[in-house]
Amino acid sequence: MTSVSVDADPAGRSPRAGRRVPLSWIGVVPFLAYVGLFLLLPTALVVIQAFGTPEGQPTLANVRALGESYVLTAFWRSIQLSFATAAIGAVLGAVLAYIVVQGPADGIVRRTVTAAAGVLAQFGGVTLAMAFMVSVGNQGVVTLLLRDVGVNASGGWLYELSGLMVVYLYFQVPLMVLVFLPALDGVKPQWREATESLGGSGWAYWRHVAFPLLTPPFLGAFLLLFANAFAAYATAAALISQGGIIIPLQIRAAMTSETVLGQENVAKALALGMVVVVAVAMALYSWMQRRSSKWLQ
Amino acid sequence: MAAVTSELTKTPERREQRPGGLRARSARRARLLRSLLLIPFGLFFAVPLLALLEFSTRAGDLYGARTLDYWKAIGDNPDLLKALRDSLLLALITSVVALALLVPTMVWVRLRLPKMQRLVEFLCLLPLTIPALVLVVGLGPIYLWIAYFTPSAYDSSPLVLAFAYVVLVMPFMYRSLDAGLQAIDVRTLSEAARSLGASWFTVMVRVILPNVISAVLNASLLSVALVLGEFTVASLLNYNNLQVAINLQAQASVGVSVALAAACLMFVFVLLFALSFIGRRRPARVGAPAAEEK
Repeated sequence: MTSVSVDADPAGRSPRAGRRVPLSWIGVVPFLAYVGLFLLLPTALVVIQAFGTPEGQPTLANVRALGESYVLTAFWRSIQLSFATAAIGAVLGAVLAYIVVQGPADGIVRRTVTAAAGVLAQFGGVTLAMAFMVSVGNQGVVTLLLRDVGVNASGGWLYELSGLMVVYLYFQVPLMVLVFLPALDGVKPQWREATESLGGSGWAYWRHVAFPLLTPPFLGAFLLLFANAFAAYATAAALISQGGIIIPLQIRAAMTSETVLGQENVAKALALGMVVVVAVAMALYSWMQRRSSKWLQ
Repeated sequence: MAAVTSELTKTPERREQRPGGLRARSARRARLLRSLLLIPFGLFFAVPLLALLEFSTRAGDLYGARTLDYWKAIGDNPDLLKALRDSLLLALITSVVALALLVPTMVWVRLRLPKMQRLVEFLCLLPLTIPALVLVVGLGPIYLWIAYFTPSAYDSSPLVLAFAYVVLVMPFMYRSLDAGLQAIDVRTLSEAARSLGASWFTVMVRVILPNVISAVLNASLLSVALVLGEFTVASLLNYNNLQVAINLQAQASVGVSVALAAACLMFVFVLLFALSFIGRRRPARVGAPAAEEK
């Protein structure tokens, strides 16, 4: 666009401007090339090869594999896991954030909790799996201590869906604290005072002011947590080394199985299914966030 | 934002100063209740971490003698040491490449291509929506090509993972750098430097970079933490990094891998705590004029 108008200029009037147009494009080329090669191309490969055979022929067989009962079961378990940890994580995280907000803004409690939440929300993978194995696994510290007091606790539940739920809460709750604290900070004390001066009780304040205002950011945070749990792989993979009880582990199984020919493109179909779920949750999240930013700033 | 926080801090103080026991007593009771509620949270988050430490310093199980053998054994294990070295190198390469890619692009877009700013932001934040697991599925064919072109001396070196890791750290880097660049007046600074005859390289390295150094540090520390903890991409592409090695080692000796996991966890904790202090002290002298301009 601009180059056209520059070319139309009488020659020699602004030689610098003439040089600048191609130069300014060159500035973003390395970035675009990198992103194109290592972000957009792999994503496109997932989408395209999900509908193709390893030889490149178009097929619907991979996508049809999504309808197989073991895949549907894994999807259902993944959704259960993400929904439960997002719901529990959102409630517990909101409670924790509320406790923190009640204290002084520069107090030790708030600073410790925010710093710890920032660290723990990123914490996952092998180390987290290991931390839970050595605390509540079969030979874990807590299991052995409980056995000493006579409670016969076995650590087998840790390697099932219920175990994953507890482990996932370890990063879901801190993430909720991080996401929800700014929303709680946006609730102005003047609103409470206004309610009181109009004769409203504490209940009226919560029912008509705070709760309606905090609902969109709460739902938004819930969606973010859902996507976060749905996409998580490392923790589950380190905890459960065989099989595919949830979709991420199904993808691992499909990627590593070399015995079944043509299976690698099933992994792409599964990945496509996953990215659709995550993208829908994230899109709803950003929509919610835009809605709530009107009031809570 | 700042105004809101100062309001929040002032209001309770005023209430406490008010004479009359009723309000003060209920405030004290509320504070006690809050502290009591914090205890279960604290326990849930502290127990696994403490168990990690406890487990790695006991011979055998819980009833064994206290020992540092597992920690010492890390140094005797060449596989673990190599993985640790590779992961540290990866962290360094990833941070440097990501910074070299993002800082000039973001400055350039601000100065010359403001229309592209939305696109660059979208692309930088896109990895938040595309899970690493999905990315790794698509990266498989690309890494076959990378392996094909790798000189045989570096065959199966995990350092090529840096290509993928740069993408993974991009969202965090972008946010941190964006905040840093927003706090300074990029246009005036670079125009002043350019009019004094500085080259673009000088503008980047000697004018812009020193002014956003805390944002750059912040971004690099986050990347280091992320790369040191990365497992998904490495394990599924069959490269051996720190987390993959820890996971493998767990099958041979749980104690040693727990000790190493605890060690690198502590390292990352220190990094991230350091980060929370860097973010705290923003250079006020640079921020002030930009704020006035708005």
